[in-house]
Amino acid sequence: MDAAHVHNGHGAHGHRNTGLMRWVTTTNHKDIGTLYLVFSLTMFFIGGLLALGIRAELFQPGLQFWQPEFFNQLTTMHGLIMVFGAIMPAFVGFANWQIPMMIGAPDMAFARMNNWSFWLLPPAALLLVASFFVPGGATAAGWTLYAPLSTQMGPGMDLAIFALHIMGASSIMGSINIITTILNMRAPGMTLMKMPLFVWTWLITAYLLIAVMPVLAGAITMLLTDRHFGTNFFNAAGGGDPVLFQHIFWFFGHPEVYIMILPGFGIVSQIVPTFSRKPLFGYSSMVYATASIAILSFIVWAHHMFTVGMPAATQLFFMYATMLIAVPTGVKVFNWIATMWKGSLTFETPMLFACGFIFVFSIGGFTGLVLAITPVDIQLQDTYYVVAHFHYVLVAGSLFALFAGAYYWLPKWTGHLYDERLGKWHFWLSMIFFNVTFFPMHFAGLAGMPRRVPDYALQFADFNMISSIGAFGFGLAQLIFVYAIVKCVRGGEKAKDKTWEGAEGLEWQVPSPAPYHTWETPPVIR
Amino acid sequence: MLSQSVRYFIPEPSHWPIFGSAALLSMASGAASWLNGWAPGKYVLFAGLAILIYMLVGWFHAVARESEGGRYNKQVDVSFRWGMSWFIFSEVMFFAAFFGALFYMRVLSVPWLGDLEQKLLWPDFNPTWPASGPGLKDPFTPMAAWGIPALNTLLLLSSGVTVTWAHWGLLKNNRGQLIGGLVLTIALGLAFLGFQIYEYGYAYQNLNLKLTTGAYGATFFLLTGFHGLHVTIGTIMLMTILGRCLAGHFRPDHHFGFEGVAWYWHFVDVVWLGLFIFVYWL
Repeated sequence: MDAAHVHNGHGAHGHRNTGLMRWVTTTNHKDIGTLYLVFSLTMFFIGGLLALGIRAELFQPGLQFWQPEFFNQLTTMHGLIMVFGAIMPAFVGFANWQIPMMIGAPDMAFARMNNWSFWLLPPAALLLVASFFVPGGATAAGWTLYAPLSTQMGPGMDLAIFALHIMGASSIMGSINIITTILNMRAPGMTLMKMPLFVWTWLITAYLLIAVMPVLAGAITMLLTDRHFGTNFFNAAGGGDPVLFQHIFWFFGHPEVYIMILPGFGIVSQIVPTFSRKPLFGYSSMVYATASIAILSFIVWAHHMFTVGMPAATQLFFMYATMLIAVPTGVKVFNWIATMWKGSLTFETPMLFACGFIFVFSIGGFTGLVLAITPVDIQLQDTYYVVAHFHYVLVAGSLFALFAGAYYWLPKWTGHLYDERLGKWHFWLSMIFFNVTFFPMHFAGLAGMPRRVPDYALQFADFNMISSIGAFGFGLAQLIFVYAIVKCVRGGEKAKDKTWEGAEGLEWQVPSPAPYHTWETPPVIR
Repeated sequence: MLSQSVRYFIPEPSHWPIFGSAALLSMASGAASWLNGWAPGKYVLFAGLAILIYMLVGWFHAVARESEGGRYNKQVDVSFRWGMSWFIFSEVMFFAAFFGALFYMRVLSVPWLGDLEQKLLWPDFNPTWPASGPGLKDPFTPMAAWGIPALNTLLLLSSGVTVTWAHWGLLKNNRGQLIGGLVLTIALGLAFLGFQIYEYGYAYQNLNLKLTTGAYGATFFLLTGFHGLHVTIGTIMLMTILGRCLAGHFRPDHHFGFEGVAWYWHFVDVVWLGLFIFVYWL
């Protein structure tokens, strides 16, 4: 285990550029992880500003700030930027930083391609953001880009299509890299069933990404040819069907939502045992549950489209398959709780976010079960109930897991302890304002308020006003996060190599901050 | 401390990726503006393409140099094998999207458009495959399977044999067999592409079968077109490997570059079999 100390500070792999060129040309997994994380945080604030634009308009009924077309651009781009710019790259950033350190590998398997995976993202983000400024503005078809709306949009749609192509290429390359690293770069003795759960969840996530990102590429390519080259994939007059787009999109889209949550499950599965000072309860069942969720994710896609018209038998199949997902997800939730049971618990910020995750994500899971019931879904399709549901799993799920992971590993990355007081403020304000924002949406949705509309009936005014207040509070609370990170990077109490006394794993055996190269000589795992 | 050849190879900082990103940014913005009527966009697109080619040549040159310099040990070799396998899997899923569209149209959307409910709207539409669509009146003739497509099947299957024969030559260190097999494979690939181009011309001029020919035309041209693009890329890859073989690269126990391209070529072959059965034949 002292190998890392011996190698500390000298680069065995030639030179390292300085200044900006260091970041442009780097092949180091820690540099690239940092790039991913900074990029995703930036996109998180851009996407967040768009969300505040939405909530400002919805603060009162009637049109206050935006024309309806621009409002639809806001909702669409908020979704695209948060999914492809913020959440996914953030998890890849964690993978880059942590996976090599956690499995005892010197770096990622394809270090140079790793650099390209990241550097494809800024051009794609540029295309997306620039699309606001072309004639007709950004795409307003919703992040799902449903035809025939998307076949009729202006140039902004083409920019979004190409941006998605590039981000898809980035994701596929990143995933190939992660899978190869996990399968081929583990230290001697690190068998698959000894891997930390974060690594397991990423192995399965990367498999999902490689399976479905090309399908999205196919769908948007058909969109492009329908728009410009006269094909008729999504045009009934030419023998096609707009519903075909929905099928292909959601064949990608449903695994995609698990892509955004499985690594979060992994992070929580690292944190809960640490602060319970107990090993994870039911490790192997966690692995099998993750794999089951991944497999099921391929056969539930049509639950997103119960109202488009399909045979009752098909609806039943997709309804039951969807409900089945509650079983492995329940296994996970119970395992986390069983890990905490009779543990010696402390509640530092990572643990607070992890517990918050378990509580609030479960609410999102339950509303998912409600939506899985076909007759109920037919009432709730495209209402704010759906918006509430997926923000409970994506914000309180994916995003809270990311926050938890950031606080958990920041001391390892920077060598300093973050400010615990700031962390706690960040957690409590996030938790409260998150619920203030999204809990009323359940009621607005149950009462029939449709999503993606800038105006609404007077009866929804109170719920929307509460939601908008919560959204601005949530947005402001995130500034605390940035301040906490900056403060932690710049200084603070020195972090021990093993920052958390209950932590297990190889990443805690290297110094804090982790040296530029770790595990050049692999550790031997007993 | 482990020696350089034992330790896993990690490349030096590289400027190639940023060239690739600049290329794709330029291609995407150029294509988007060209498609929307800004003619100079095509120059931006082609400039991006040129940068992409420059990047690919430079990057693969660096990889070949590192490989021949003995910097890739067994573990790196295994990484390449995993990486290529998963890349091919991603390509399979890309084609799966288009096959999915084909099956959906043949089995579901076209028959629906001809059913009793739609008779009022489109009384004359005959929903038997190959069909274009109820709103399209231009008659067309579908592509027959047993002419050029069957010949192309033969060409591609033979090329799968010749590339394996070349691999046997490499394993036996018989460079003549290796280079002969590669030349034959490339020739068969080029012949395939030539016939494919001829077939497209024939479809447009004699069969009135176009990209705009509804369900049949869209699936026919996008499936065969993306396959043709992959054959083109595969042929360029084979030519690169031939160049490396002529330069004396690869040894019987160290030649993943060759094998990766051969895998890719077999993948293109298998996709063609799917195309021949479901697009041309049935």
